[in-house]
This record gives sequence, C-alpha cells and structure tokens, in this order.
Amino acid sequence: MGDPERLYVITGGPDGAERAPLDLVTMIVARDEPSPTVQPEQAAILRLCRAPLSVAEISAYLSLPFSVVTALLTELLATELVESRAPIVRAALPDRSLLEAVMHGLQKL
Amino acid sequence: MDFRNSDTITGPRSEDVLPTTATSAVKVVIVGGFGVGKTTMVGSVSEIRPLTTEETMTQAGVGVDDNSGVETKTATTVAMDFGRISITEQLVLYLFGTPGQERFWFLWNGLFEGALGAVVLVDTRRLEVSFDVIGRLEERGVPFVVAVNTFPDAPHHPVEALRTALDLPDEVPMVDCDARLRASSRDVLLTLMHYLHSLALPTA
Repeated sequence: MGDPERLYVITGGPDGAERAPLDLVTMIVARDEPSPTVQPEQAAILRLCRAPLSVAEISAYLSLPFSVVTALLTELLATELVESRAPIVRAALPDRSLLEAVMHGLQKL
Repeated sequence: MDFRNSDTITGPRSEDVLPTTATSAVKVVIVGGFGVGKTTMVGSVSEIRPLTTEETMTQAGVGVDDNSGVETKTATTVAMDFGRISITEQLVLYLFGTPGQERFWFLWNGLFEGALGAVVLVDTRRLEVSFDVIGRLEERGVPFVVAVNTFPDAPHHPVEALRTALDLPDEVPMVDCDARLRASSRDVLLTLMHYLHSLALPTA
C-alpha cells in the first residue's frame, strides 16, 4: 500500500474540501508551462494538457483516482495554469443538430 | 498510491493527441453486468486504446449489534474503462463502460446525469442484471437503448420475448450486436443517436 500521508498532500486537504465542479469529460488545456514551484503531479498535468484532454484521460494517464485529479485541477484552475471547458450535457429537449453531428461522425467510422 | 516521476508519465501517443480545437465533449455510458462485453464494445469503436479511470470507494460496514458501536471500513478500487471517438475538429465523444451496480455510479460526478444517453448491454444468460439496470435508468430519466451482445454459446431469444422479459417499453429500441465488431458497435451507437433524435421531435 502507498503512503496515506502522501495521498493527503496531493489532494490538498481532507475530504470535503471545496472542489471545482469537474465532469469526467470536462476538457482541460494548459495555459502555461509548469514552473518549478508546482507539485510534480501538477507539472505532469500541465505537460499532458498541452493539447486538450478530458479529466478521465488525465486520471488514466497519471494512474490517479478521479477525485485526486479533480483536487489537483481545482488548484490549477484557481491559479489559472489551466483552463477548462464544461461538457455538453443532455438537455431536457435534446439538441438535434448536436445529435446529427454525432451521427455523421459515427457514420465515418 | 504510487506516483511515477512526471518525466516518465506516458501520455497519449502522438496519433492520439487531440487538435487544440477539440474543446467540446459529450459522453455516452455503456452499462451492463460483469463480463457482458462493455470493454469489448468500448475498444471496438474507440479511436484510442481503451483507458481506465479508477476511484476508491469507502464502504462503512456497521456491526449487526447497533449498541456495539463497532464500525469497519473497507476501501475498494472501482475501475471504469473508456474510449474516445473524434466527431469533428471541435467535438469529441467519450464512451464509458460502467458497472451495472448502482453503488458505483455515484463515484464519478454526473456520470449518467450529463450523458447524452446510455446503451444497456445485455447478456441473455444473465438477464436479471439488465432488468435492474433498466429500472434504475428509467428512475433517473436517462434515455437508453438495449443492445443484446450475441455470445456464441448463449441461447438466442426473439427480440420480442426479451422485450417482455425485460419489461421494456415499446418505444425503447432493442438491437442485436456483436460487441467485438466495430461496425456492429457503431450501429448500436447510431441506434441510440436516432432514438435521442426522435425524442426531440414533436409527438404527433
């Protein structure tokens, strides 16, 4: 088993700390190169997100639980080192042009 | 937790890097019991090798005797495989293969709530799992289609008999598929999109 103290440090606080409302498919893009002062995990996120990447992909590539990644991202968002784009979610009335775009994309597979 | 040095993190392969324009994402959830072929389906249509995101679940178990005050906690790691399909330069579709048990669904923020819809992947040898899943999706108002994964050794049932067994409303599409085949899995997703599209049409 890993070191529990370490987990505490990279989540930045005890459970229940305020976190940015991040979805599995919120897209993250780095706004800057990692500075020497950021944590290694956060530096890794900044490197990974030179191109857009979903929170789920960041979690997978870093082998860190989703909740730990959202905690790391909350800090990076607060310091404006990354920006996020919320996903398009299901609306009460489905967006037909969006669905048509998806169908068109799937037909090309 | 074993975090590797950030210099050794393997990110996406160069061909898997999204264009900088790809800032809109949608998701679809593929849900079903253990071994029903969720990961197979994700893998057959995904443009990237399927990835895994994990979450730790802490279960509090309370002793049978309430007065004892004895509590035990166990941590379980739950894994969810997912894949990705680029739809346009801007839009990316993510597919999540999600365990059928509802207790796992709360681990990931808005997994179902934000999803465009769901595919219930069915193994005819274990219908009861799908029955539960369908009930929970209906409760949550998540639109879904049912795809019957054809296993060579599974009994083949006519679609109508399965529909009755699953107590599935007439309007919910139900299709046979072979999750190993890209075209077949793609057609399941197209069935879902057509169904979602039909829900957007005014009813006559």
